[in-house]
Amino acid sequence: MELRGITKRFPGVVANRDIDITVTRGSVHAIVGENGAGKSTLMKILYGMLRPDEGVIEVDGRPVTFANPSDAIARGIGMVHQHFMLADNFTVLENVVLGAEPRTGVRLDVATARRRIRELGEQYGLDVDPDVLVEDLGVGERQRVEILKVLYRGARILILDEPTAVLVPQEVEDLFRALRELKAEGLSIIFISHKLDEVLAVADVITVIRRGTTVGTVAPEGTTARQLAELMVGSELPSPATTESTVTAVPQLTVEHLRLTAPGGRAVLDDIGFTIHRGEVLGIAGVEGNGQAELVETLLGTRAATGGRVLLGDQDITGWSTRRRREAGIGYIPEDRSRYGLLLEAPLWENRMLGHQTQTPNARGPLIDRRGAREDTERIVREYDVRTPSVDVLASALSGGNQQKLIVGREMSNEPAVLLAAHPTRGVDVGAQAAIWDQLRAARALGLAVLLISADLDELIGLSDSLRVILRGRLVAAFDPKHVTPEQLGSAMTGAGGEAA
Amino acid sequence: MSLTNDRAVDSEIRAAPLRERGFRDWRSVLTAVGAGILLLSVVRVITGAEALTSAGTVGAALGATVPIAMAGLGGLWSERSGVVNIGLEGMMILGTFGAGWIGWQHGPWAGLVTGVAFGAVGGLVHAIATVTFGVDHIVSGVAVNILGLGVTRFLASILLEGTPGGGSTQSPPIQPVGSFSVPGFSSLDTVEKKHWLLVSDVAGVVRGVTTNLSYLTIIALLLVLLTYLVLWRTAFGLRLRSCGEDPYTAESLGVNVYRYKYAGVLMSGALAGFGGAFLAIVAANIYREGQTGGRGYIGLAAMIFGNWRPGGLLAGAGLFGYTDALQLRSAAAVHALLLIIAVALLGGAAWQAWRRRFVSAAVLAVIGAGLLAWYLRTDSLPGQVTFVAPYVTTLLVLAVASQRLRMPKADGQIYRRGQGR
Amino acid sequence: MRVLRRIALVLAAPVLAIVFSLAVTSIVLLTIKASPLDTFRTMFDYAMQPRTQVLIINSAVTYYFAAVAVAVGFRMNLFNIGVDGQYRLAAMLAASVGGAVTLPAPLHVGLILVTAMLVGGLWAAVAAVLKVRRGVSEVISTIMLNFVATGLIAYLLAPGRLAVTTQGSNNLGTKPIPPSGQVPGISLVPGTQAQVYGLIVLAVIVGVAFWFVLNRTRFGFDLRATGMSEAAAVASGVDVRRMVVAAMVISGAVAGLVGMPQLLGASYTYSLDFPAGLGFTGIAIALLGRNNPVGIAVGCLLWGFLDNSAQILNLQDIPVEIVQITQGVIVLSVVVAYELVRRYRVVAEQRDVARALAATTPQAAAVAEGAQS
Repeated sequence: MELRGITKRFPGVVANRDIDITVTRGSVHAIVGENGAGKSTLMKILYGMLRPDEGVIEVDGRPVTFANPSDAIARGIGMVHQHFMLADNFTVLENVVLGAEPRTGVRLDVATARRRIRELGEQYGLDVDPDVLVEDLGVGERQRVEILKVLYRGARILILDEPTAVLVPQEVEDLFRALRELKAEGLSIIFISHKLDEVLAVADVITVIRRGTTVGTVAPEGTTARQLAELMVGSELPSPATTESTVTAVPQLTVEHLRLTAPGGRAVLDDIGFTIHRGEVLGIAGVEGNGQAELVETLLGTRAATGGRVLLGDQDITGWSTRRRREAGIGYIPEDRSRYGLLLEAPLWENRMLGHQTQTPNARGPLIDRRGAREDTERIVREYDVRTPSVDVLASALSGGNQQKLIVGREMSNEPAVLLAAHPTRGVDVGAQAAIWDQLRAARALGLAVLLISADLDELIGLSDSLRVILRGRLVAAFDPKHVTPEQLGSAMTGAGGEAA
Repeated sequence: MSLTNDRAVDSEIRAAPLRERGFRDWRSVLTAVGAGILLLSVVRVITGAEALTSAGTVGAALGATVPIAMAGLGGLWSERSGVVNIGLEGMMILGTFGAGWIGWQHGPWAGLVTGVAFGAVGGLVHAIATVTFGVDHIVSGVAVNILGLGVTRFLASILLEGTPGGGSTQSPPIQPVGSFSVPGFSSLDTVEKKHWLLVSDVAGVVRGVTTNLSYLTIIALLLVLLTYLVLWRTAFGLRLRSCGEDPYTAESLGVNVYRYKYAGVLMSGALAGFGGAFLAIVAANIYREGQTGGRGYIGLAAMIFGNWRPGGLLAGAGLFGYTDALQLRSAAAVHALLLIIAVALLGGAAWQAWRRRFVSAAVLAVIGAGLLAWYLRTDSLPGQVTFVAPYVTTLLVLAVASQRLRMPKADGQIYRRGQGR
Repeated sequence: MRVLRRIALVLAAPVLAIVFSLAVTSIVLLTIKASPLDTFRTMFDYAMQPRTQVLIINSAVTYYFAAVAVAVGFRMNLFNIGVDGQYRLAAMLAASVGGAVTLPAPLHVGLILVTAMLVGGLWAAVAAVLKVRRGVSEVISTIMLNFVATGLIAYLLAPGRLAVTTQGSNNLGTKPIPPSGQVPGISLVPGTQAQVYGLIVLAVIVGVAFWFVLNRTRFGFDLRATGMSEAAAVASGVDVRRMVVAAMVISGAVAGLVGMPQLLGASYTYSLDFPAGLGFTGIAIALLGRNNPVGIAVGCLLWGFLDNSAQILNLQDIPVEIVQITQGVIVLSVVVAYELVRRYRVVAEQRDVARALAATTPQAAAVAEGAQS
């Protein structure tokens, strides 16, 4: 498969420009790049979900055009999506055959489908019971269903979009084993990721994308993660390193024996305990889905803890409502900003009020203070370099980075005592990332206590004053960020590192 | 917009949802039907309200069930493809008029076809608004109801005014459509007259569902079965349902989601139109303004009641149809219904107590005892109580079971190609 | 420029919808061999008569309460389909209370209004509680409650319960409200004896209050935030369950007022022929007016115009029902038009932002790229 000169424009932006990639048969070809570098757009083009404005796609030497995913499927291209494309209430079998159903007459031929799925499973070591509901499957099994789906359609070229983001290390190993199996059968695999160590481990060739265009193709042998990262970013890496410690002895947020159980009785958070002092950044490392989101929600009060205590300063806030907690100075930078952090259909100044709608300068008594809110929004736009023509545009009109800067500015504006920051720089460009890091550091110097959750280990190590590792809802290890390496952290996150420090 | 599982409601109070089950589960269905007949029989013997299980009541119940079931089936097609359809009422109204207008001139079968077509046109409007233009489904449904009523009244005042025996609010009579009796069962009459416990009741029920069946009733029942087969046993059905569960997944596998949604909503309108046509042709013999009487909404309730399954919605529609028929046929039987509900509730209380769920057992017992007292202290019920009963029942069922019902996951969500995750 | 464009965008959808529905109506008129232009002129001329104008305003006053009631819910993504049942039950019980007591005039009227609001609010609260406690969709529960209300009214409106028979007719109604509980009309339009409902004042108050609460209070902000994004509202500290109950009860309370102009200004009794179905009119007008107090007022007048001026068409041998087609098409096309305009606005603003930034910084293209991926 070969891509030449692929260019894709959106209104006002060029998402892909002159992309050139050649994928050889029987190899794993990794495509790496920052969030927002244009990887997702490229994948959508490859899979017929978007059409390129310029450029040629060739499969087996012949130029092809894809009007929709069906065309891509017909050419033997299959996609394993980052967010699983599976209907929960369907069985594995139904999910696998959907769109390519074997039939006898008009009937769905369930027996044939079942046999084929079993065969494929055995052939490639992707064993899943065809008759269970997908909602009963774990993450790793779901991914196997995704791959089965693609293989069932006879794909010879597999696109895997960030396949390891949701997997625990054991499952990552299983996945890599399956990929090698597939490669040995002569299939080509396009592996999209921004996790450089994984890319180096599994890829035969690596193409780096930056700002929508290919900037280099390298072999994993003789390339270090550092070199790859610099290719991705295009310059010296901005260092998140904190200069000097500002940690005080005053506890600001204390969590004791915090417990949260799921409806089935399973513990999502189990005996969590830590203290964040004024001026301290506590980083939580962990593979996604190990309870980080639930921890933040419990501290924010949008989920009620099953047990344990949360203290803000020396006040017990365990039973407080979200509103009361926010009024008391808990700031929140959500992981999914467009869902939890913004009213996309409201102007910026109303978004300034969100989460602080009871406080000055947004409110006076039971009334809202439109002038105060607007003026303060203009201040945030200035001070936090939010690129916008006015505070009256809808939040949906801003880019991701600018939306995030607005959120950071907002959360810093009401003198927070504690900041819950979940992936504060996810999906923002490098410039905005550096700015957000500066802001966090400045606030910390003024005595803010920060709970930092991030998938970016460099960010965690660079910004945090102390580090904890979360695994299956428990804090399993603690590290001093001054002396820890990403590798040590990584192994602790997988449960292999044991109790450290 | 979601119909039952609600975003405002945290997962903490959400119970385990009911699982998808096929028609396979005959045994539990048969057990339920058997238990129902036994209960009715006992109460009939105690109260002497013979109408409870007479063939006449059962036949009337079947007739009252069909339009509701057809509306519900229409809802099923639409919602399985992911489009909430509260425009069923308007589509049904269009169906009644189509059937009446053509029916009185060209006979019932031509009327039926027209009614179905008119309903489908209503479905088409809903599909254009919701699928092509991405309008909120509830909003569009309300608009379709307004439009269906307006168009019908307008057309009626033009097309029916001055017709023999008709006028701007009703059509001349439609020729009856034939009916059918399974040979041999009409002699059960004699058994039924003996008023034996259980035996006579079974005879009454069997005779009710085998004699004097309108051809349209038979077609309607076949449509329920056919719907099950098409939606759950064919590739077409799998794809249509995938659009209701997760349209972006379906899209990623090359399913043309728009097309299947259109199919679902058009079919929905056609079935609602069938229900309307049935009302005009079989139930009333004429088109009359307002004859749907909210059955489109009741059909929707029956569908939810039946957990978005054809068998379940038929049971729900049957429940509505039965109380409806009983109300028309016998005041004594309606009064006896109180006793039935009281006994059923007390039975439920015992069951809950055995399962050690004492709170719900106590609640059920108190309500049951109250109803029992009501039964014992009165001789008849105001007609409005039976009118209201199906709606209150629906509310109660939703209140108790809402979190266990399983609606199609993407039902009511607006889908736009290429806007997925 | 920007302001002009925004105004144009706001007006585009309803204007498009009305033009489209007039076109459809014209086609329908042509098929029955009537001249659209003549028909519209006849309706317009009739509407210019003072008496008709009063009728239009009176219809609009009634519709206004219904539409605001619906809009309160809509602003929070709550569908109160139950306005219909709420106002009928409220009117019936308020009429009974009003007929049963004699009080000084302002108190008497106040008692009736408060009763109506209480009944409407409580009836709506049933749906609200079912939603927040048991997860029952308000769409289904309010539809069911409409039917239950119908049954309840039929039960209560019987001799020996709350009804008295009027002599000379077989109409059943509640005991008439004495003059102290009546609201006199206002002679607003010169040239006619007909008077505008006195409760038009209350309609204006409700409209202003609706606007003020929604746009100027914290409660209104919370309500709108919940409507725009429930997840974001929860994270910002909004107690969504409480908001659902509050919004639903307010909606029901306003719904309780729907029957009041008719009850206190014209009929003084709730009888079998009390107007029904106004809840659905309210939904239609709320959609047309974009849940905005001023837009709704305009929509109510349009609806009142269509309903009342159509009466003249009978004399022209054109079925009055033609306006129902017009109304239905307006509702459907206005929601489609709003959706199209909304999409256009989002794209246009994104482009504006990108363009504004491209002009100022070279980095902008890369920044904007983040928005796309």
